[in-house]
Amino acid sequence: MIKSELIQIIAEENPHLYQSDVERIVGTIFEEITSALVRGERVELRGFGAFSVKHRDARIGRNPRTGESVEVEEKRVPFFKTGKLLRERLNDA
Amino acid sequence: MSSKTLTRMDLSEAVYREVGLSRNESAVLVESVLEHMSDALVKGETVKISSFGTFTVRAKSERMGRNPKTGEEVPIEPRRVLVFRASHIMKDRLNQSL
Repeated sequence: MIKSELIQIIAEENPHLYQSDVERIVGTIFEEITSALVRGERVELRGFGAFSVKHRDARIGRNPRTGESVEVEEKRVPFFKTGKLLRERLNDA
Repeated sequence: MSSKTLTRMDLSEAVYREVGLSRNESAVLVESVLEHMSDALVKGETVKISSFGTFTVRAKSERMGRNPKTGEEVPIEPRRVLVFRASHIMKDRLNQSL
């Protein structure tokens, strides 16, 4: 499933909404999650999962091909933990 | 760094502000988006949201684990796990402020 397919399904279920409104609704949801993470906040969606940001300190890495040392800058990486309900649904036979 | 946590309520509030539907309908739509994504994943589909990221279901085969308390060996059943890979756009945005 890609974003446009998700928008299509929601639009079909809500014939009273314009397609462009549905696009904004779906876009707003993902934008809101991303901007919370950019602010360093967590997003917890019970039953689905939680998004958070982890910090990675600067370190000296190595180019595995040449063995050369390279400085890797400090960075922030997004992290997702699957919610309990979804984890269970994935494993229900 | 703030320790604030956003929930469904914040997402529906954003939809309410941006699109101008009622608060109740905004909440129903947020739920519906999460529901359809979950359903697709449960069916084993990959869910790809451009400029956000990709959710993939991976099958893990059975392996032996150990009860850390008793040291006893127990089989860990084969299971399916969900993996989220953030898009480059999201990763770049997270690191712009550094």
